Amino acid sequence: MKRFQLSLAAREALWAYTFLLIPLAFFLFIRIWPAFQALWLSLYDWNADPSKRVFVGLEHYAQMAQDPLLARSLRNTLLYTLIGVPAQLVLGLGIALLLNAVTRERLRDVFRAIYFAPYVTPAVAVAWVFSWMLSANFGVVNELLRLLGLPAQDFLRNPSLALPTVTAVVVWQNLGFQVVLFLAGLQNIPRDYYEAARIDGADDWRLFRHITLPLLNPVMVFSAVIGTIGFLQLFTQVVNLSFTDQGGPLHSTLTVALYIYQQAFGRFDLGYAAAITVLLFGIILLITLVQLRLLSRRVEY
Amino acid sequence: MNKRLSSFFVYTLLTLGALAMVFPFVWMILTSLKSFQELFELRWLPREPTLENYREVLFGTQFPRWFLNSLVVASLTTVSVLFFDSLVGYTLAKLRFPGKNLIFVTILATLMVPTEMLIIPWYVMSVDYGWVNTFWGILFPGLLSAFGVFLMRQFFESLPSDLLDAGRIDGLSEFGVFWRVAFPLVRPALAALGIFTFLGNWNAFLWPLVIIQTPEMRTLPVGVALFSGEAGTAWHLIMAASSLAVIPVLIVFFIFQRQIIEGVVLTGVKG
Repeated sequence: MKRFQLSLAAREALWAYTFLLIPLAFFLFIRIWPAFQALWLSLYDWNADPSKRVFVGLEHYAQMAQDPLLARSLRNTLLYTLIGVPAQLVLGLGIALLLNAVTRERLRDVFRAIYFAPYVTPAVAVAWVFSWMLSANFGVVNELLRLLGLPAQDFLRNPSLALPTVTAVVVWQNLGFQVVLFLAGLQNIPRDYYEAARIDGADDWRLFRHITLPLLNPVMVFSAVIGTIGFLQLFTQVVNLSFTDQGGPLHSTLTVALYIYQQAFGRFDLGYAAAITVLLFGIILLITLVQLRLLSRRVEY
Repeated sequence: MNKRLSSFFVYTLLTLGALAMVFPFVWMILTSLKSFQELFELRWLPREPTLENYREVLFGTQFPRWFLNSLVVASLTTVSVLFFDSLVGYTLAKLRFPGKNLIFVTILATLMVPTEMLIIPWYVMSVDYGWVNTFWGILFPGLLSAFGVFLMRQFFESLPSDLLDAGRIDGLSEFGVFWRVAFPLVRPALAALGIFTFLGNWNAFLWPLVIIQTPEMRTLPVGVALFSGEAGTAWHLIMAASSLAVIPVLIVFFIFQRQIIEGVVLTGVKG
């Protein structure tokens, strides 16, 4: 009897390994091995011709410390995140709270779908539509400003306006995602909590402060982390919002991802670009670990 | 606050927000219907709406080819992801074997590696193996998704094992149990994952931009981006091309929006 069971277990394991064969090969060779390869590449001055590859050790990392454009792109990326993530969270939560107050379910679904639609549209097309709308002379946004009696702005060519403008476009596109998450989070909160607190005489603000916010904490952490990682990898919108001056004007919208792309495929400095990706990986790893810490922390009521 | 007044505020704010969401799409389509001369007159509605821009994009550029390329790439990756991700999800949820947790954690760990880091080795690899500028080159990184494995595992875990045992007793092989019994039962999850994978690959930009070299291999986003660059300030054509890229996506979205939104909720709130 024992032998029969063992062979059943062995059969099950055999099936499992057969099923996993191709997928595991994929994850090993397409996802994991290249990550290590990037580490290794970052130690070389890469050349397509193997005989011209030079091992440079940590030189690229030393170079990174003295690269003003990399510093600029890191600072910009930090700015994008500092402006964009809070804006997304506040607007997303605000709209979700409004939607949650809509009692007619059909209407709520319609609004939710409208807010979500930009999230699924190609970022390239979104970027081009906005760069048309934001153009200095023929843009409809400036036409609206004129109707309101405000001065026209060259949103994408003014170095101090370009980064906030790109951020706004990204927030516009991602907002629906946050709205949907927050709305689901809100609907997961049991109504009894509110009713009990009401009986105890709590007002709207206290309900929000002591029930809604703490119970939404896991959703907030998730949204913030997803948002941060999204801004850290910002590329498509920056490239397409000012196609002739990518990352401009005066590098004011340059992101780390775009800088990596320019180093790797503009200058074909693959080794240096790989070193920057290692840095980016380090940052994302750190954020993910912080997320895990925050999410595993118990919510206190 | 007065109840009627507060609901007036709710609807006003929501409507204003919804207008801000919809307006860029409306403006894109309105612009795409204007002639080049009308473009700079700052008129809200086109005086003489024309489909000429669409005709020029569809028949005067390689746009249809780019559309087709995107369709091929997005369809193939979606089929592959749906099949392999559910196979792995099923295996990790329902079969017992040594090394199971290690394998699951390894797959999940790949989620932390940013695409930017992989793109350079993928490119080196594609040059070595001659994958540059081929369909295979565009789609190979997307054939499986760790996120999908995670999602499908969650779903298969909720299936009662008795059902699967019934299949085994009926003499189905283990693959038969997966394919004939378990797979059809997770259809809602497959719909969500399928739509997400399709849209993700349809909209993908960075990797296709790296691996594509000739105009006829461009996918839609790369085509639109480079076409706009080439067309310079031909905004009437750019807006027609953008509309053609956006409208099919929006149609798909409004048909499947329930599944799509549930997919987001599932991963964000319960994950």
